[in-house]
Order: sequence, then structure tokens, then C-alpha cells
Amino acid sequence: MSTSSETMPKEPVIKCESVYKIFGENADKMLRAANGNVDAAKFQEAGCVVGVNNASFEVYKGEMLVVMGLSGSGKSTLLRCISRLTETTAGNIHIDGQDLLAMNNKQLIELRRNKMGMVFQSFALLPHKTVLENIAFPLQIKGISTRDAMKRAMDMVELVSLDGRQNYFPRQLSGGQQQRVGIARSLAVEPDIWFLDEPFSALDPLIRKEMQDEFMRLQGVLNKTILFVTHDFAEALRLADRIAIMKDGVIEQIDTPANIVLNPATEYVSKFTEEVPREKVLKIKSVMDPITDGIDFSDLTISGDAIIETVAEAVLAQTKPVRVIDENNNIIGSLHSDKMIHILFGKDDNAQAGA
Amino acid sequence: MHRRVPDMGTNFFTKHRKLSQFVILLIAFFALVILVKPNEANVLWRFPSLLASLPGIINDFAENLMFNWFPIQVYDPHIEEYEEVALLREVTRGFSRGVLFMIEFIREVLIGGVKTIVAFTSWEFVRENPWAAWPALPWTVVSGGAVILGYALNGRNLALLAGAATVYISVFGQWHPAMETLSFVLVAAPVSVLLGLLFGILSYKSHAVEVALAPFLNIAQTMPHFSYLVPVTVFFGLGDHAGAIATIIFATPPMIRLTLLGLKKVPVEVVEAGLMNGSNDKQILFKVLVPTARRDILIGVNQVIMQCLAMAVIASFIGAKGLGFNLLLALNQLRIGQALELGICIVLIAVVLDKLSLAYANKQTDYFADLSFAQRHKYALVFAVFFVGCIAVALLGQLIFQDGINYLYLIPHNKGITTELFWQSGVDWMVDNWYAGLQGFNRGLIVNVLQPMKNAYLAMPVSATFLLVMGTGCIIGGIRSALIVGGLLLFIALTEWWDRALITMYMASFSVIISVTFGLIVGSICAQYTFASKAALLACDTLQTFPSFIYLIPVIMLFGVTDTSVLIAVIIYATIPAVRYTIEGIRNVPPSLKEAGMMSGATAFQRWVKIDLPLAFPHIMLGVNQTVIFALFMVIIGAMIGTDDLGQYILKALSDKQGIGNGLMLGLCVAFIGLAVDHLINTWAAQRKNALGLS
Repeated sequence: MSTSSETMPKEPVIKCESVYKIFGENADKMLRAANGNVDAAKFQEAGCVVGVNNASFEVYKGEMLVVMGLSGSGKSTLLRCISRLTETTAGNIHIDGQDLLAMNNKQLIELRRNKMGMVFQSFALLPHKTVLENIAFPLQIKGISTRDAMKRAMDMVELVSLDGRQNYFPRQLSGGQQQRVGIARSLAVEPDIWFLDEPFSALDPLIRKEMQDEFMRLQGVLNKTILFVTHDFAEALRLADRIAIMKDGVIEQIDTPANIVLNPATEYVSKFTEEVPREKVLKIKSVMDPITDGIDFSDLTISGDAIIETVAEAVLAQTKPVRVIDENNNIIGSLHSDKMIHILFGKDDNAQAGA
Repeated sequence: MHRRVPDMGTNFFTKHRKLSQFVILLIAFFALVILVKPNEANVLWRFPSLLASLPGIINDFAENLMFNWFPIQVYDPHIEEYEEVALLREVTRGFSRGVLFMIEFIREVLIGGVKTIVAFTSWEFVRENPWAAWPALPWTVVSGGAVILGYALNGRNLALLAGAATVYISVFGQWHPAMETLSFVLVAAPVSVLLGLLFGILSYKSHAVEVALAPFLNIAQTMPHFSYLVPVTVFFGLGDHAGAIATIIFATPPMIRLTLLGLKKVPVEVVEAGLMNGSNDKQILFKVLVPTARRDILIGVNQVIMQCLAMAVIASFIGAKGLGFNLLLALNQLRIGQALELGICIVLIAVVLDKLSLAYANKQTDYFADLSFAQRHKYALVFAVFFVGCIAVALLGQLIFQDGINYLYLIPHNKGITTELFWQSGVDWMVDNWYAGLQGFNRGLIVNVLQPMKNAYLAMPVSATFLLVMGTGCIIGGIRSALIVGGLLLFIALTEWWDRALITMYMASFSVIISVTFGLIVGSICAQYTFASKAALLACDTLQTFPSFIYLIPVIMLFGVTDTSVLIAVIIYATIPAVRYTIEGIRNVPPSLKEAGMMSGATAFQRWVKIDLPLAFPHIMLGVNQTVIFALFMVIIGAMIGTDDLGQYILKALSDKQGIGNGLMLGLCVAFIGLAVDHLINTWAAQRKNALGLS
């Protein structure tokens, strides 16, 4: 597959195997009868709604998996299965090797108190508590003394740049500020796993961009394992290590942003990728050529992690191929200006650009 | 859904199907009215009172339950022997004692007494030891305590309000009865709130509980205050505790309703956030659900406090002491000035308690202020200092007012200032100067409007009433609605009080028509201006704080003890929801629609008729529903000053030893009138909402 999975450690933090979530009275019976071959239309006739249909994937430590899909695609349901806010109909979910679905209520509460944090689309702040009290809430729930909880919460207030507003009530804040509180609250207990359910969908475009930047800054510092749900394909491309695209409960494709843009697996996925300006999304390493002996390199070296657009001008100015290096300064490939022209202007031909 | 597009040729009937159905119904109704002649033997004229024996059965049943059912052996220390007592009687007795003890304990903390000590020792002990009496707190301590509490909870304004209220009560010589009322409210209100929360949470958690409670809540919402009194006296006897229990029964249902409503409105994501933070069930309930539902729950608390003070007067019928009892007395003696002063005391207590409870719920804490012991407990310390100071001042007062009244300790009942003379002379002046005019108006109204209307209602054959009501039900909500309202009416028709119910209906409908008309006009005008809307809503809030019988005081002053007084009080009281819901309804019409109207060149009047009213209509209808219920309540309370409707019979049942059956049945009659109207209006409003896509 892609280069990114090779750098990941082997033990997955989240592991889903054939997860099904079907709403309706006879869900269990119908699922058994279907024998792993669930047809959403047939279930619909019987009064059942298929939320998640045979989802299997893994998320590794420090990785951000973005689940992308339109409304009704089952992306939020999938997230709620993994956080066990809804009970899964069938399948296995493991968190850090522990069987999530076998946990009793007490274990589940322990897991949520220590390992999980979640951010909600509508912020879900407690209206009667101030910013500070909202952020301290999970700490107090855990039984941490008020004094320590408030001190820790104050640190979180600073982390999300809300200092000076800690005594405001949610209703006195803008949407973006409210979501900062939501983010701070979800991080207060220092969870390993971070769930985000369309966190920026309720915000204005400019604020959304600002919050995405803020989010990436935080993730750069914190390096959590993240499951991020969105309906915005651009957002998914911007943030994700890997993207899972869902439709009608089925994961259509799960891959790195570059591979999804370059090789959409289904017609449905290609509908999203068609309009995407590749140079703004893809990194150099997904389009570079392998090194062959005796290349006459130019003096310019570029990072394999650079977005194409940011280095295109420099590459085009060179007559010889440029060296592409990784973070350890090893040469991993080459790129010629002719290829760059092709990438920028030759829209139709994907196959040649494939990694 | 398939809907035929009406072509130009469609005639009037298909276009206005419901309207024409209704016109046909009206024609049939009047035909019956004309055709059926008054004749007691004719079933079409009046149904036989098949349920006449039911009250007796209920009486016997209650008596059996209370005195014969499940006898147990109870040891009586006075006669040192075992005695046979019915189980239920023992249970209710114990309960009564508990409630009474709590009321008297609080009362004696406030105004002194011996009963708390008696509860732990005996009457002999108290008689033999004159020192064994609890001294009263000086009024200054209570007043200061209220000020400090107000300041601690919400700053200067609330402190001022609390101070002014307590000083007023004391200076006007109403301290003693006011504290009696307060002690009664301080028991009834918390119990009602807790019970309401408990049942509200239970019905939120379990659908079965919700379904089981629903009919009780519906009936309780429409049952007049009086009808609770008789059963309570049978089971719990007479006295302060009985008043408190009746109050609790009356005040709990709205609390349950509002708790449930609030809990249901909590967004799913907020609960999920609580779960993801690792809350257990208890934490979800008390740290997430209940606080998030706070807005509605606080409205519930406010309702409970209002109901408690509204019941203060009504509970005095069954022996509750305090302001209510004195107010009733003053009203009966037509001492308007005194009644007014007492009424103000009750309103003040209601307002102060309401504001204090609201401020308590909204209190904010500062976590980072590093406070010393003195700073953390500054209010308690100030109060302690104040406590000692006031007692010293009270003792000093003993020296100053050696023989007379110690104004710095307690001002005895009716020894304070009074403005009674002023009011009395005002009433006298009005009688002297306006008598002819007022009486002319009064008589004109009675002779030309009220009497004919009353006669018209009484001349309605029962078959015609049923046709009209069930037909309306059928047009609005189909067969099901027709059967529901028909069933409710049938119960009333089969009792022996159908004529009384008709009189109640006439009084209620007369008031409702005027209230709604007035409310629509005033509300619509206010709704055009933001400032006027706010002012009007504030006025509604304030007026709703007044216990219902307060409205009787000024009208008696003007019109004396007549139907007119009752009706005017009813109209004033029932106009409040009509105005409120009209304003809310019109203000909530989406601004884009108003703008669309304006851009289409609609005049203000056209906009009002074509856009505002139709869109606000479902909400306004809910206001009408409230108006009907308010009117019914007030009509029944009007029985206190003499009417001849169901209320008067409920009042009679109170003084009847066998009144429980009558009281309950009469209460149900009133409740069923309310429920029938409630059902029709709600069904209609819900349909309109759906049709307009507002739900």
C-alpha cells in the first residue's frame, strides 16, 4: 500500500472487524439470515435501516483516520459504535487489544475516563457551566479534587487560547469559541484516542479554516490517535493520514489522500476526486519518479512531504531533474520539470502519475 | 399524499369543506334547540342522573378504607393498651404528624412557641416548666437574614427587595401571620419540588411510568383547587398539615410536567458528551440531565411557589393559619383595605421566594480566588454578628418601650401601620360618587347580557349540546376526538349537576370571549414593537406571580359581591395568557416572511391579517387553551364571593361530612370541561402546525 503505513507501528489502537450496525426490531435475526451479505434495500423493506455495513479497518498509534461521507452514509454511526455510544449489532471492535464490546459498564466508564475524548458537532457544552467548569467536568467526574481539576482546566483554557474567557457561559461565546471549549474538554483527561464528530461543520468557512489550522497545530504537539468524521472532502484531504469514504454504510475506499485522489476505487469516490486540484492536495513523494542510475541532478532538493503547489515554481525553473529527500535527508526520488508540467496541466492522465 | 388541485370550477363547499361542515352542524344544533321542548322526562332535553348514587358509593368506600380496612394493633401509651386502628388511618396519621411537626418547627424558629418542645416531651412538662418555650426571633433578625441571603445570592437589588418586603410585612403588623404562611410554604414547596423532580425523572426513564402518570397529570391540571380539599380533610384531618398536603398535591403535577419537558429537551449530544467523559448513571442524571434541563425545571419551581401561595388562601378553608386565613376573613367582612395589605404581603413573599430560588440556581463560583476562612464564610459571619446585634437591640427595645409594644422585637398582629382607612375612604368615596354609574353598568350588564346568556345556556337541550360538541370534535379530529369529548361530557351529563355545569360554562365562555378578543388586540399591537413586547411580557410575568384570588380584591371594591365582580376578575386573570401567547406567537413568525409581506406591498393591517395571525395561530390557540383553564379556575374560586355554578357546590361539599364523593365528582366535572376544550384546541393547533410546517 502506501508509504505511510510502513512507518506505523504494527499494533493497532483501534481495530474493527466486520462491524455491522442495523437499526430496527428484527435486526439481529435478519443479519443472521443474511449471512454476511447485507443488502440495504432488502433490509429497508423489512423496516430495518442499515447504519454500518461490514466495516473492517485499523487505526494505528498517532494516526489520523478521517471518515468521510455524506449525511446518512453511516459515518457518525460508525464513530458511535467505536465509542460504544450505540451498541454494535455484530462484529468485533478492539481498543488497544481489549475487546470493547465485551466490556461491562464499569470497564467502559474507566476506558472513557482515561483513554477517550470526543468532540461533537453541536459542541454539546453544558449550558449551566462556565467555560472553565465545562472543561473541568470530565476531571471532576473522575473524582479529581476541585482545586486540581480547575488548575488543569485552566491550562487547557490556555492551550485553546481562551484565556480571559474562562468565566463566560457557553451562550456568551461564538461558535468557534464554543468548539474550542469542546476540544479543550475532550483533551482535559489527556486521552490517547480522540474522536471528533464533524467538529467544524457548524462553523462559518473562515472560522472553519482557522479551527482546522488550530487543530493541526494541536495534533502536531499532542500526536493522538484520531478518528475524525466529516462530510467535507476538502477537510478530509487537508487533515487525514488516511481517509475512509463511506456510502450507505459501506466503506467504499480506505487509503491515503494521495491514493484516493489518484486512484479512486469506485465511481462514487471519483465523483469527489474529479474536481480536486491535485497540486493543492498531493505531496511530491506521491508523484515523484524512482531514482535510476546516472541521473544528472540539479542543485535543488525538495522535501517529499511538500505539497506540489508550494514547490512547483522552483521545479519548473530547473532544466535538470531535482532531488527529492525525506526527513532524514535521504534521496528517495527525482522529479523533472516536464513531469511537473504534466501534473499541473495534463488533467486527464492519472495513470502515469500514479505512485 | 395525493391532493387534487382545485380547479376554478370547484364550488364553495369543497373549497371550505370544514367551514361548511361546521355551518351545517350549527344549523342542526339550532334546529334541535328549537325542536326539543323543556321536559324533564325527555332524554333529549336532559339525561337522567344515572350517576347520582356514585358520590355515596365513593363516600362509603373512603370511609371503609379509612376506618375499617385492614385493622392493625397499635399501642396507645395514654391508655396503656393495644388499640385496633385501620392501617390507612395509622399511615395518614403518621404522615400528618410528620408534616405538622416540620411546619411547626420552622414556625417556632421564626415566631417562637412550645409545640416543638412538646413533641419531644409532653404538654405537662411544658406546663410545669415555664422556661421550656422557644423564644421568637426578633423580626429584625429574619429581615436581616433575608437581606444578607439576597445579597449573597444576587447582589444589591435582591437584597433591597428582600429588605423592603420584610420591613413592609413587619411594619404593617402582619409579621405573625406572614411567618405562619412562610413556614407552611417552606415545607410544602420543597416537598413538591422534590416529588415533582422524582416523578419527572422516573417518567423520563420509564415510558410505562410516563403513560401511567399522563391521565392523572391531565386531570390534576384542570381540577379546581377546591376539589382537593375534601378528600384531604377526610384522610388527613384539618389543620396546617392538611393545608400543606393539599398544596403539595396541587403543586406537584406542574413540576412533574415541566421536569419531564425539560429532560426531554436535553440534546442527545450533550448526554453523549457526558457519557464520553465517563459519567456513570448517577452522574449523567444529576450532573448532565437535570442541570441542562434547568430552565424548565426552574419554571417548575416558580410554578410551585406560585401554587403554594395561591393555595395559602384556599388551604385556610381546611385550617391552615396565616395570611390566607386573615385575607379570607377580611374579604368576608368586606374590609378592602386590609385585604389589599394582606394581598400585597402574599405577593411580596411569592416574589422574594421566587427570586431567591432563581438566584440560588444561577449562582456562580470563583475557583481561583484564594480565600481565607473569614472571606469564605463572610456572609455567615455577618449574619452571626447581625443576629447578636439584633437581639441586643430587641432587648434594648424592651427598655425603651417599657409598657407598650416592643417594635424592635415583634410587632403584634394588626398593631402596625395600616392604610386601611385610606382605602376604606377611597371605597366610600367611590360608592358616593360613582355608585349610580357603577350600579347602572352592573345592572345593565346583568340584565342585558349575563342573564340572557345564562338563560340561553340553560335552555340548551342536552342532545343539542352533545351534537355541537361531538360534531366539532368530529370535524376537527375525526371520530376519535368526537368520542373523547363526548365521553367527557357524558360523565357530566349523567351527574345531577348538568345545569350547574352549564352555568360554569356560560361564565367561563363569556370571560374567555372577552379575554381572547382583548388579548389578541393588545398582544398584536404590542408585538409590533420590541420594547412594548418586552414590557407586556414583563407585566404578564408579574401579574402571573399574583395568586389568583388577589384579583378579586379590587373588583369587589368596585362592584361589590355580584356576578360582575367574579366575571371581571376572571377576565383580568384569563387575559394574561391570551396576551402572552399572542405576543410570543407573532414575534416568532419568521422575519423573512414579514419582509416578504412588506416587499409585496402589504400594509401593516394586511400583514397582520394575512401573515402574522395565520402563522401565529397555532401558538395563539395554545394561549386560548390556557385562557380557558385559567378562566375555569377563577370561576370556581369566584364561588368564595357567591355564584351559583359548580364552584358553589364544591364549596358546600367542604362543610359536608359526606362531601368527599360530591367534592371529587364536582371537581371531575370541572376538570372534564377543561379537558374537553383542551383536547379540541390542542388537536386543532397540532394540525395547523403540521399544515404550516411549524412543528
